Amino acid sequence: MRQTNLIRNIWLGVENLLLHKLRSFLTMLGVVFGVGSVVAMLSVGEGASQEALEQIRKLGSNNIILSSVKPAEDEQASTVRSHMSIYGLTYADLERIASSFASIGQVAPVKLVRKEVRLHDRAMELRVVGTTPEWFDLVPREILAGRVILPSDRQRQAPVAVLTEFGARKILATRSAVGQMVRIGGDAFEVIGIVRSEAGQSQSMQIPDQDVDVYIPIEVARKYFGDIITRRTAGAHQRERVELHQIIVRVNDAEQVEATATGIESMLARFHGKKDYGMSVPLALLKQAEATKRTFNIVLGSIAGISLLVGGIGIMNIMLASVTERTREIGIRRAIGAKRRQIIVQFLIETVVLSTFGGLIGLGVGVLIPFLITYFSGMATVVTWNGILLPLFISMAIGIVFGLYPAMNAARVDPIIALRHE
Amino acid sequence: MAAKTPSHGNRDIVRLENARKIYQMGTEEVRALAGVSVSFEKGSFWAIMGPSGSGKSTMMNVLGCLDRLSSGAYYLDGKDVSQLDDDSLSELRLSYLGFIFQSFNLIPQLSVQRNIELPLYYLGWDAVRSAQRAKELAEIVGLGGRLNHRPTELSGGQMQRVAIARALTNDPQIVFADEPTGNLDSATGEQIMELLDNLNKQGKTIIMVTHEPDIAAHAKSRLHMMDGLIDRIETETHETDQPHQEYLARR
Repeated sequence: MRQTNLIRNIWLGVENLLLHKLRSFLTMLGVVFGVGSVVAMLSVGEGASQEALEQIRKLGSNNIILSSVKPAEDEQASTVRSHMSIYGLTYADLERIASSFASIGQVAPVKLVRKEVRLHDRAMELRVVGTTPEWFDLVPREILAGRVILPSDRQRQAPVAVLTEFGARKILATRSAVGQMVRIGGDAFEVIGIVRSEAGQSQSMQIPDQDVDVYIPIEVARKYFGDIITRRTAGAHQRERVELHQIIVRVNDAEQVEATATGIESMLARFHGKKDYGMSVPLALLKQAEATKRTFNIVLGSIAGISLLVGGIGIMNIMLASVTERTREIGIRRAIGAKRRQIIVQFLIETVVLSTFGGLIGLGVGVLIPFLITYFSGMATVVTWNGILLPLFISMAIGIVFGLYPAMNAARVDPIIALRHE
Repeated sequence: MAAKTPSHGNRDIVRLENARKIYQMGTEEVRALAGVSVSFEKGSFWAIMGPSGSGKSTMMNVLGCLDRLSSGAYYLDGKDVSQLDDDSLSELRLSYLGFIFQSFNLIPQLSVQRNIELPLYYLGWDAVRSAQRAKELAEIVGLGGRLNHRPTELSGGQMQRVAIARALTNDPQIVFADEPTGNLDSATGEQIMELLDNLNKQGKTIIMVTHEPDIAAHAKSRLHMMDGLIDRIETETHETDQPHQEYLARR
């Protein structure tokens, strides 16, 4: 009986709201926009943060990435003709780091050179990455053909090269290119494998942009190309001596990542006269990103809260007017025998129906907006269950909170006076 | 104050004992009921008359459980209801009483059927039974074909018929009629009064407020009020025992 009563009450509320369609619709708009903006903002925020977290995870959450950075004073010095700037991570750093920390599992050095890569008569300048087999463990890629660099290649100082998918495409190499010879800066290398390209985006993370690289054993890179890079710019030679461009360190235990990072930092500080290196810790970035997300959610929540508050006040305003307008109806119902509580329930349900319906429409709008954003701008958006249920729940709660006062007003109506009310 | 209570109390459907109702109007005290003692028998048809301000409306509101006494006692069907709270009074109105008003007081956005069903809604009847009951009652008051009309599409007489049907939905002990013909022309008013006469013949107690002698003539007894007190009582019954005269004498 109670349940059918509730359904009849809801239906009664819907009927009353349908009597004034435009008014009900306008009243709902506040909640529609409130809920719509909450859902949309939450999904855009969620999408952005998931994208950021995904990027960071790709770097390996247990990794520490050290990079060579040209110090600021060298920038000025290098304008002097033929000056050679020497900076960055060294082979000695690599040795020290690898041997000093028990917490470190694997270490991979990276040496970068830009060289012309030629297959038959097709040539492109690609980035050549001199590294060790560990690199492929630390930055996993799918092998499309052949194999990656093996420890034996290092020992033999074999002139072998692994191409990325896109890199291979640039020089018109296909999978059948495995076993063929390419020329890198004039020297012959055997193509031993092709790995999948990782969509670049990682520049900001100071990892080699993994799009169009050629991987060769680091010993070979050092032997063939040396440590000195000459860049010809308008009228000047820029010469730099950089031993290693990056060192990627994997820490075994996530708990130890920050302590190890601090240790490496102080070790580098002791051996480097100037700050010619940078360090990025994906785990720290991850934590930071999560903290940012929390702040973001609080800010969004407040904005949404204000817009929902405004919507709720709008509903309350209209309901108060409606109660005054329907004083007579309330009086009739009371005279017939409706209890105060039943009048409260009637008006409360009307408000909740209004706000919940507004919430549902807002939800539709709020889900559509992220969809359009993704469709037109390619920005990732994620609509989560929380992002749907929370605003819906809040819109219902708004109906109750802002409907209570008008409903109490309705129940306070004195039937004798109300019936005389013309 | 009452020296003796009527010996036939069980036959009284309503009984007021020294009923007082005092309103505060600004600084002035209005004594709408200034100590009224009266009782109406079950199945009687009363007209309460008097000029405006005489207390007849207040009397009606009190008897109809819409208003509470400032002091004194009100027995409804033998039970003292003067101390009941708002919810209990609502309960009484819902199950014992029916109301007919001068201005019909139908809910304009509801159809005739839904208006008639209204008390059943609060009594918790299901939709099918309610619809059946509404149909029966519409037949009784002669509105069988208008169940789906809106009150605004009806004439005054038809609206009052709907109101009567609604007042009868809960099969009340007492039907209160507040100037039931006040907004109707005299011919239509007569028809409405015929309906009330019939109800009374079927055993319903009817208490009607009116200032029109023609209309009051339908009632078996007439109670004239003045300044919050009973002025005089006329009755057409020829019973030997006249309790009302007793109360009148006490004034």
